[in-house]
Amino acid sequence: MAAPFPFSAIVGQDEMKLALMIAAVDPGIGGVLVFGDRGTGKSTTVRALAALLPKMRAVTGCRYGCDPDATDDLCDECRERSRHGELKSRTLPVPVVDLPLGATEDRVVGALDLELALTQGEKAFEPGLLARAHRGFLYIDEVNLLEDHLVDLLLDVAASGENVVEREGLSVRHPARFVLIGSGNPEEGELRPQLLDRFGLSVEVRTPEELATRIEVIRRRDEYERGPAAFVAKWKRRDGRLRTKIRKAREHIDDVVVSDAMLEQAARLCIALGTDGLRGELTLVRAARALAALEGGDEVTEKQLREVAGPALRHRLRRNPLDDSGSGVRVERALEEVLGT
Amino acid sequence: MSAAWSDALRAACLFAMDPAGFGGVNLRAHAGPVRDEWLRVLRGLLAEGRPFRRVPVHVTEARLLGGLDLAATLGQGRPVAEMGLLAEADGGVLLLTSAERTERATIAHVTAALDTGRVVLERDGIAARQAARVGIVALDEGLDADEQPAAALRDRLAFHLDLTAVGYRETREVPAGCTPGRIDAARRALPGITAAERYAEALCGAALALGVDSLRASLLALRAARALAALAGREAVTDEDAAGAARLVLAPRATRLPQTETGEEEQPEEREPDTPPEEGREEGIPDGPLPDQVLEAARAALPAALLDALLAAGGALRSGTVGKAGAVQTSRLRGRPTGARPGELRDGARLNVIETLRAAAPWQPLRREQAERGRAAAHRSARVEVRKADFRITRFRQRTETTSIFVVDASGSAAMHRLAEAKGAVELLLADCYVRRDRVALIAFRGPGAELLLPPTRSLVRAKRGLAQLPGGGGTPLAAAIDSSLTIAEAARRRGETPLVVFLTDGRANVGRDGVGGRTRAREDALQAARSLRVAGFSTLVIDTSPRARPDARELAEAMAARYLPLPQADAETLSRAVRQEGELAAGAGHAAA
Repeated sequence: MAAPFPFSAIVGQDEMKLALMIAAVDPGIGGVLVFGDRGTGKSTTVRALAALLPKMRAVTGCRYGCDPDATDDLCDECRERSRHGELKSRTLPVPVVDLPLGATEDRVVGALDLELALTQGEKAFEPGLLARAHRGFLYIDEVNLLEDHLVDLLLDVAASGENVVEREGLSVRHPARFVLIGSGNPEEGELRPQLLDRFGLSVEVRTPEELATRIEVIRRRDEYERGPAAFVAKWKRRDGRLRTKIRKAREHIDDVVVSDAMLEQAARLCIALGTDGLRGELTLVRAARALAALEGGDEVTEKQLREVAGPALRHRLRRNPLDDSGSGVRVERALEEVLGT
Repeated sequence: MSAAWSDALRAACLFAMDPAGFGGVNLRAHAGPVRDEWLRVLRGLLAEGRPFRRVPVHVTEARLLGGLDLAATLGQGRPVAEMGLLAEADGGVLLLTSAERTERATIAHVTAALDTGRVVLERDGIAARQAARVGIVALDEGLDADEQPAAALRDRLAFHLDLTAVGYRETREVPAGCTPGRIDAARRALPGITAAERYAEALCGAALALGVDSLRASLLALRAARALAALAGREAVTDEDAAGAARLVLAPRATRLPQTETGEEEQPEEREPDTPPEEGREEGIPDGPLPDQVLEAARAALPAALLDALLAAGGALRSGTVGKAGAVQTSRLRGRPTGARPGELRDGARLNVIETLRAAAPWQPLRREQAERGRAAAHRSARVEVRKADFRITRFRQRTETTSIFVVDASGSAAMHRLAEAKGAVELLLADCYVRRDRVALIAFRGPGAELLLPPTRSLVRAKRGLAQLPGGGGTPLAAAIDSSLTIAEAARRRGETPLVVFLTDGRANVGRDGVGGRTRAREDALQAARSLRVAGFSTLVIDTSPRARPDARELAEAMAARYLPLPQADAETLSRAVRQEGELAAGAGHAAA
């Protein structure tokens, strides 16, 4: 398959790109939901992200791609291995796993290895998509059309970071930390609010309306399709710069300070918007911190809060049938109210 | 030869040149000789040996994507994958029959294949990737604008053809230049065709002016321009190619009339005669700067019906014209699988092969030993020993979904208020009903007839769009409204849902079924329609909105055996609460009946 479209060559769609970068810096953010018009490059951007991410070190021979440095987050097999000495490792690209719409539960969580069982009568576990996505991204296009029980299951695993399989006499648990990315078109059905709330960030993508932007999109896309290798090479340096930015931000994120004043502003923002629970506040602060790290700052300021408030809170607002304005507008209004213009 | 047919042939040439590159063709036509002729032409133009597969409407996921080959798996004692239709059609064309009725999940698989050029299989214990660079021909037999293939699919198909008005006589003519040999040559030349920047700009501009939002359309148009140049034996795209591409790809997607340069009001009466749709391509290219030429070429090809609709709507169609197939998800008709349990194969229970094999697997060595004891080594087989106790049956959870159909009296002076409250109630219900995934529809009636403002949906976005423009005032055609609610309710029942019809009216009809005024006649018609609703056995609720209770609405409720609820100050909250209660009753009754 040809190299994916370069991330840095994607025209506009800044909010979507920002949200994905934030998730790349802080995978614990809780997933990204991308909802919007058709033909706006939702899938393209997600796939481009895969090529952008810095490679990761993984234990050699591990089926789950365990991190040799994260000693308390190893699978059982690696724990066993580490008892016999130093873990060997190799570098791997960060996985971006597609979850196809028709996937069945056994392929997602993993199941009894049929071949081994049938031919040798051996009871072995065959890892599923969740295992493949460990330490990477799990991408679901048209997430709004996925069976509810599968979305539930995915969000559960994404939140706990562990996949527990209890079926066919198997009892397996393995680490499964991944960023869930869902995309879809709201005209074809919406996600249940319970599921919406569990995504960390939510972005809305629109078709660009200026002619110049549209021409630029077409021009780049056309160039890419007619010569993928040359096009990717042309954007390599810019992608490289972004990659360095993400790497540095990851190293630096623990040093970013969130002052009490900023925590208070975040809380006031959530109260003004009437978001349920604490998840909104927590995500808001985490996203702001990741953004500060990306920008090379040492502490979170109002600027970052302002920038991530939309993606972090928009999908957590209660629907108010008397207020017809979109959730984006309501977030704007609250920002003005709390932080001033 | 008519413009529609010659455009259709031209589209067939381009599509045959690069099926996967153009995504495909949305072919709106009745089943019949014209459509068959077009398909025959297309097959003749495709490169030799390219697959041409047909997908039936109710194709199973396993057949489309591939899955476990049961016979081979049992015979060989290990999982054997089977190719699906998408992979089989790699490099060729996949024909979607009755695409307007194809399930949304099926469409999602097809669009995924169009985007990535491959099939990713993750099911039945099999994980595989297979090439699937296919072009789609979506056979669209829809009758009106509401009935068409899912928008997600149409967006990815370069050509949208409408052959409903083409007569068979016209199809006998085949233009020169469309021969397999020429297409072969053009196919080889295609990668080398260049297009100057200004053509991309002109096509983007034309798309914007015609209200074609998706960027895929512009990209596909650029590809079409290159292919037209290749077909003509040129090395670079010319003005003519760009104009032709705009005509073929952009015009059928137009949602608004382009604004004129001067910004003056459009003069449709003058414009229409000088750009009749029948105008040929060659003479249809006007002089002037390129962007105008391209736009003009597209405008000349705007289908007459669309032109009328655009003019009637004041230049712009609502952007929310969503295909019916996009909204209707029928996949839960028989409930969703909720796992497997041990069971016997009777009463049409569905054997879950994978789970059965899994159950049998651990016992294989033991069973083989038992079976082979006393048998010569030569007779030993690798066959899987499956016993009755291994059988696993797929369990389905039957869900009764409720479709609440609001029928709102939009006549007279109180109309706006009533409609606004009904709108509020619809949105409250939708916001509340995600968990149950219920649907809501809204019919408004006024003047000569009833209008379906919101087809059954569970999307709040659609609901808001559908309800944005609320007409009001005029007479009260109650009978027509009841008839129309009956149609919607019956359709809902066919989908396996439980319909609930909610009337918001004072019950005072004054327009009969035939659209003619007259209180007595209108009343008779309404009561008659009400009785047929009762015979059909749907749950109904009549909410009397008149300021003082009158007998009219109560009589109506009695005629349709509905619950009667006087709510002179019906507000959104009270309404949605009443409907919710009634819905639970209806669902309960539906369940008992099932």
